[in-house]
Formats: sequence, C-alpha cells, structure tokens
Amino acid sequence: MLDCTPKEITKRSGGLINPAKTCQPLGAMYASLGIHGCLPHSHGSQGCSAYHRAHLTRHFREPVMASTSSFTEGASVFGGASNLKTAINNVFTIYNPDVMAVHTTCLSETIGDDVATIVKTAEVPEGKVIIHANTPSYQGSHVSGFSNMTRAMVHYLAEADEENKKSQINIIPGFVNPGDMREIKRLADLMGLSSIMFPDTSGVMDAPLTGHFDMYPRGGTTVKQLRDTGNSSLTLALGSYASADAAHLLEKKCRVPALVLRTPIGVKATDEFIMAMRQHSIKEVPYELELERGQLVDIMTDVHYHFHGKKVAIFGDPDIVIALTEFMLSLGMKPIHALTGTPDSTIGGPQGSFEREVKGMLEQADLQGQVKAGADLFTLHQWIKNEPVDLLIGTTYGKYIARAEDVPLVRVGFPILDRAVHSYLPIAGYKGAMRLLEMIDNALLERIERDCTDEDLELVM
Amino acid sequence: MINNRILDEILGQYPVKVKKNRKKHIVIKDADMDRQEIDANTRTIPGVITNRGCAYAGCKGVVLGPLKDVVHIVHGPVGCGYYAWLTRRNKAKSEDPTKNYMTYCFSTDMQESDIVFGGEKKLTRMIDEVVEVFKPEAVTISATCPVGLIGDDIGQVAKNAHAKYPEVNFTAYSCEGYKGVSQSAGHHIANNGLMQHVIGQGNMEEVPSSFTLNILGEYNIGGDGWEIKQMLEEIGYHIQTVMTGDGSYEELKNAHVSNLNLVQCHRSINYIADMLEIKYGTPWLKVNFIGIDSTIKSLRDMALYFSDQGLMERTEAYIMRELQKVETLLEPYKRICEGKTAFCFVGGSRGHHYQGLYKELGIDTILAGYEFAHRDDYEGREIIDSIKLDADSQNIPNLTVEPDVNRYRVKVSPEKMEELKEKIPLNYYEGMMRSMHEGSIIVDDLNHYETEELIRILKPDIFSSGIKDKYVVQKMGIPTKQLHNYDYSGPYAGFGGAVNFARDIAMSLASPTWNYTVPPWHSKPLLEGKILERVSDNA
Repeated sequence: MLDCTPKEITKRSGGLINPAKTCQPLGAMYASLGIHGCLPHSHGSQGCSAYHRAHLTRHFREPVMASTSSFTEGASVFGGASNLKTAINNVFTIYNPDVMAVHTTCLSETIGDDVATIVKTAEVPEGKVIIHANTPSYQGSHVSGFSNMTRAMVHYLAEADEENKKSQINIIPGFVNPGDMREIKRLADLMGLSSIMFPDTSGVMDAPLTGHFDMYPRGGTTVKQLRDTGNSSLTLALGSYASADAAHLLEKKCRVPALVLRTPIGVKATDEFIMAMRQHSIKEVPYELELERGQLVDIMTDVHYHFHGKKVAIFGDPDIVIALTEFMLSLGMKPIHALTGTPDSTIGGPQGSFEREVKGMLEQADLQGQVKAGADLFTLHQWIKNEPVDLLIGTTYGKYIARAEDVPLVRVGFPILDRAVHSYLPIAGYKGAMRLLEMIDNALLERIERDCTDEDLELVM
Repeated sequence: MINNRILDEILGQYPVKVKKNRKKHIVIKDADMDRQEIDANTRTIPGVITNRGCAYAGCKGVVLGPLKDVVHIVHGPVGCGYYAWLTRRNKAKSEDPTKNYMTYCFSTDMQESDIVFGGEKKLTRMIDEVVEVFKPEAVTISATCPVGLIGDDIGQVAKNAHAKYPEVNFTAYSCEGYKGVSQSAGHHIANNGLMQHVIGQGNMEEVPSSFTLNILGEYNIGGDGWEIKQMLEEIGYHIQTVMTGDGSYEELKNAHVSNLNLVQCHRSINYIADMLEIKYGTPWLKVNFIGIDSTIKSLRDMALYFSDQGLMERTEAYIMRELQKVETLLEPYKRICEGKTAFCFVGGSRGHHYQGLYKELGIDTILAGYEFAHRDDYEGREIIDSIKLDADSQNIPNLTVEPDVNRYRVKVSPEKMEELKEKIPLNYYEGMMRSMHEGSIIVDDLNHYETEELIRILKPDIFSSGIKDKYVVQKMGIPTKQLHNYDYSGPYAGFGGAVNFARDIAMSLASPTWNYTVPPWHSKPLLEGKILERVSDNA
C-alpha cells in the first residue's frame, strides 16, 4: 500500500500528490443545500456538477440535487451568459425552487463571465430568488467555497429592516454535518436563545425515508430567515475559515456584531461557545448542559490512561483540525502532526490562521510537532514514516496511510465515503465530544486487543 | 404502460424548446418498425438536471485512469484530479507494488497566478518531481477546463519532458471538460492518444500464442476483468492486454500483435477497435460477458472465429461445467426476482448489457437508456455513416490511421471474414434497441424530471443507475442498484458474476428494511372503538 512513498522528504512545488482538499464549487453546493427550497446551480461544464453531486452523495448517502449550465466549447469561447439565462428559465419552469444559488467554476471564472450582472438582469418569476457566489477552483478549497456561498446569502438577502435589533442570534455552523448543526441548534435552544442558523443542512442532507421523494425537504434556512439575519443582535461564526467572512459582511452590511469562535468540538471550544451565548443572553447555563459537560469530563478522567501521551496525527479541514487538536490536547494526547489541505493564504482570500493557531496550542503544551496548511497527504504520510503515531484522525482518504503504516484510523470530517451514520450524529458539543471520545478510545483499545498475546488479553480495561 | 399521449403529457411540463428537444430522445419500442431513430450525443440543455459528466471524466476517469503502471497527472485546479481518484472501482494489482500508482492522485493544483501567467512551468516541475520519486515508464497529462482556455501547450510540455527523460513515454490529452457534450468526447480523445503514442510502441513482433486476444472496453469494475480473464485463460486464450482495467503500459504497447480484439464496452473504445483493424488487420468481435446467455454466446462466437476444434471443445466443456455449477445457486434468487420489472439506465453499454442478465432472473427491463451513447449504440453500427456530425462532435479530432507497412497481417482471409460476419458480430454492434421488447421505453440522457415522472407511471421494482439518482429513487421506496460501481460489490461478469448479481438484486428486493418505511401510526387510526348495539330501532 502506497509503496512508492519514500521516507525521505524532498521539496516539491509542482502541485499536490494525494490532495487533502478539493475545489470551491463543492463547498458552495453544500452550503446552498442549507437553504430551504434551494436548487444549487453550477455555472460550468457538466462534469463539475456531476462530480460534486456524486461526491456529496457518497458522503451523505442522500440525494444531492443541482443543475448545471452545461458548457460546450462554444459557450467557453463566446461566454456562458446565454447558457445561464436558458438555465434560469428552465430551472424555475421545471424544478420550481424558491431559490436558485449559482456558483461559478474555474471555467466560467477563467473566461470572465460576469455572473452578477447576468443574475441581476435575469427574468426571475415573482417571489423567487437567485443568489450567486464566485467560487474559482484555483483559489482556496472547498471550505472557501462554502464560506463564499454563505457570504453570498448575506450579500443578497440579509436586511436590517427593523428599528431595533432583535434578541435573536445568528449562528453560522461552518462546513459540518447536519448532525452537528442539529446539536449546535439544540445547545442554543438550551441556552434559551432564539437563533437563526445559516446555512442549515439538517432536514435536507439527513432527510427521512418515507416512500416519497421531496426535491426540497423540510429543512434548510428559509429566505425569510436569511433576510431576518440582518435584524439579529449577534452573529456567532463557528470556525474562522468557513464562517468568518459571512459574519463580517453581516456586521458591515447590517451592523450585527460578529464573534468568530472555534468550531465547538471538544470540551474547551464548546465551553467558549456556551460562554458566548451566556454573555449575550445574560442567562445562567441550565443544569442540563452542566450535566452533559460533567459527564464528558467524568469519562475523560475515568479512562485518561487509555489515551494520555498517545501520539496522534490529525488532518482535514482547517476549522475541524484546529478544534480537534485542542480536544486531543485536553485529553493529554500528543497531536504531533496536524495538516490541512486548505491553504492559509490565497490571492483575494482572507489570511488564514491555521498554522499560527495550531503551533500556538502545541507550544503552550510544550510539544514539538509538524503543522502545515495547504499540504497534501503524501506529505502527511512522510511525516508519519519519520515520526510514527499511535492514531490517525481524518477523512476516509486516510485509510491508505493507516493501512500502509498499520495505524488505527478514526474517521472524522469530510468526506467519509466508506462508513455510515457519521452525518447524523454529532461530534460538536459535549455530546459530540463524548461520541468522539468513544470512537478514539475504541480504536486504541481494539488495536491493543488485536496485537496482544493471549495471556495479556484483559477482561477489564 | 406508456403511450404517446402519456409521454406528451409528461413532456408538456417542459418549456417549448426543451420539450421539442427531449421528445427526440425518447422512443417507445414498436416491434413492427424496422428501425426507430433516437437522438443521442447532442447537447444537454442548460438547467436540466442530467447525470452526464464531462470529456475529462471520459478521458482520464474512464479510459486512461485504470492503466496502473502509468502516472496520471491532471493539469488544472485541484478538484478534477481529486474527484477521479479511486472513485471508480477499477481494481488493479501488480507483482511489483512500486509499479502500481492506483492509490495516488497527481494534480498540478493550479492557482490564480498559474491561470494568469500560464501553468506550463508548474506542470514541468510536477513531471520532474514524479519522475524522480515514482520512476514511471509512462506518464499521461490530462487537461481540465482552464488549461485550453489559457493556452497551456501540454503537448509541447510532454515533448520536452520526453527529450529530458527519453526512457519515459509522455502523452498529453486535451480533454478539457467543455469539449463535446459528455464523457463520450473524452473516450475518443483518449482512444486517439493511446493509438498514436502507446499502442505499437512495444517491440514484440510475434504473437505469443495462436489464440491471443486483447480485451477492449473492460475496466475491471469490482473485478469483472479478472473474472473474464480467468475464464478465457482456462479455455486456452492468451490475453495480451486489457483496455484498460487492471491494464498496463507494459502490455498495452504490444497490443498490435493479437489475433482478435474483443469489445465489451463499445462506446468507450470502438475507435481503437476500428483503428487496430485498419492499422494491423486485427478484427474485433462485440462480446458481452454480463449475463449467462450472453457469456455463452460470446465464448462460442470467439471459438468460431478461431475455428479450432480443441478450442471449441474446451469452450463447450467449460460452459457445461459452469452452467451446472450456477444453476442451483441461482434458483433461490430467481424465486425472489421472478416477475419483477426494472429500469436500466447506465453509461454507454451497460444499459444494454444488463438487460439479458435481468431477463435470466425473470426481471423485465421496461425502460433502458444510456447517459452518453451515440445513435449507433441504440440503433446499430449500420447507421454510423448517416449520422450528421454537429459542431460539438466536429470539435473532437478524428484520427485516421493507415495500414502499418511492417506489422499489418491478414488475420482471417476476406472470404472467411465474410462467412464469419454472417454468424458472429465481427466489427459490428447491433445496438440496444433491437433486443428490447414491444412497448418498452428507450430514453437517451434521462434526466431527473423524467426519472420521477416515468417511475410514477411505470413503478419499476428495481431501478439500476448511478450514484446521483440512487438515493432519489430509494426515497420513493424503490430498491436501487448502482450499475456504474455495483454498490461496492461484484464481480458481475461471467458465470460466477451472474450469481453475485442475482444475490445482490434479490437482497435489494427482499431487504426487510423496506417493511419499516411507513410508521405504524400512519396506517392505524388514532382512536379505535366499536359499536356495541343498535339503539335506533327500539327507541
């Protein structure tokens, strides 16, 4: 397995070998699905839409409906405006969505289609909405695409049309699973807060089997809610890479204060999320949450000897890896390799803080580690060859490294293509941390049991 | 049943232009007609939710990708390389694992500056890096959309690389996603490139055995190719190369020596099949190793081609033995499948290939179609000359080859050839429509809206298609079977494969999970009571 990967690390600059990221439009498509009654539209070749739909479907095992401008060579030469206009007309006639969310591709970006103007001058049926985001595949990653489409929701729809701000808050969950979005909303509910989550793929990307197909399932943030985000008194942006831009635009556009927090994965990041809500609502934390937190800390302490000091490599999307690193440190584990495919800086994009944040945490814990943004899994594998780990945490793509190096893999993040249920159950919040803890603990213990001699097989561990 | 009136109602929901277009892509089989025409390989209308992909997917994803000892560099932003990485289930194994690059994805990950200033330098660096680390014997470079637009000359980059590393074969494929109207354009581009730069590059001059074959258009999804190879080798054939499932540059470059080319997937590889005949005199035979009857027919056709007594006897002995083996195994599955109906909508060949296997299980295919086929895949190759090439097709270069002065061999005398053509599909494919029954529906480039409507009316028991519509249909409570990737099962080819398929289809139909779709409170009233006595009469 991966037999061509040498231990010796040489400097490379020709591109990526086994990428740990994909392109913007996929993230934009996922974000769009978090709007109720929305049909994402890919302004590019058919292949883009086909690949994104297939990939999202493999992760969620749910229908991913999206249309495409079906570029041909002619459109690529003369511009895609006519294709997009035809598409708009056909989409509203045939599929009747409330919202059509157009994202661009490297093709339409390279030829310079002015999608904003095309959208502005398009004939849109009464009561229907089109929004658009520029998502060139040659910048950033799928996380930037998610961020850009979320920002487009604010740009096109948010309005501050009430005299006074409402006590409600906005929550931007970032590129996480519907199970996490549900959990984050539950936490806000428990804190007694009225909230608007956007985008919200719960109820869309985890829809039930009923015997009927709903092209637009019940879930998703409604256009009305998206408009109302401008009247909220606070935006909590969870994860700086996926959520900060939209929150900052909302602050600028509608004067809704923005607070950027870590994705609430693990005890510390969840504490910070709860504290932010506590401060906003000036309400004490209910016992129910204190109980959940106490239970989590109880388990962490009960079995600390299972994982304390274990070396771990973590890879995935930046917001997720930052939060996971913090959680691993709070368990006494040693996250010695942390890697994301999303670059820290891109032209036109915001300056990311992945390397700074993770290195800061490791320094504080007095740990030496490899930390890199914009890197690939070929590099991660080489790191592991040079400094082995006890555990690998990341997406399905980690399974090849895990097999090559005989390291247990805990699947967390996007995408997970070879397991089920992951998108339904949270890793966010105290409950989510408990679930993560169980996965990690089981992986480590099962490895010990697989490897130990008969006489060392313990009944109680 | 669907008739023209119902079809018109369905299409009536479309805008006028869409209706006019789609009408030509749907045919109700009329057995009385000698030939029915269907529109295919034309543009999908923007905004219509299609299953189709792009030229890059057809070139790198389908045809080139399975070549295991080749480093496949995808030149472009990261997505295209990433999505075509390990997602297709084209299995491969190598004696030397350091010569199997299947688990690697190479993307130049073009950034904005590469788009502005050109990406050739980055591509050149990538080539230097992979040659140093991976030491491949061959490298392909596939272009994604922006590459052609910004004018990167990947052909020149490949030439320069070859000058620097003469021991490595470099080929460049201008398979930008916007070319053509579907994956099909990419198949053609890949066929041209392999024919021009790979096939015939080897120095083998003598055929290793008198029964030497190439298998074309077999991609080893779920191990189909291995199943076929094992069967053919047992009968006594020598497989020179498989294009391209578990295939290798090492074997492919000597494909010119074989006595016969078998064509499994006609759509994706018929260009090479044709060119091999012109250049080396090797005829091709359309085979289908999906389904028991089709497999038997293919094996017998092959034996007839070689007309060797021993081969014929071994073929019959093999068939008899395998038939005996599978009959009892199939029985329990057939009981579950008998009398059911299926939709079969797949790429460019399987929409046809699986109908026979379904029939053997007692399942009637009531709708079938292809995602990216041409008219000849529906109507038969005799209509090829009458297809008018539109602008999209004309943009794909048509490679013409000449007989090779040194290597052209007459494999079968012209008289024998004519005689054989009467009996077996030599250099010929009859298309899907002939084998479909009266009243069944043939749909080209079936889209989401039509899928929903046709399911509503025809209510199939199983829907076989791909990943994008799988869960749509499953939400309706209808079992599905992915026929692109076999739902991570297989192999489905040959005799043993038929049993695997029967098991999987029966499993989908019989799964107890379907019993729980409706919660009990939806089928039982909230309040229950009974009338105790009639009071009205005595009052």
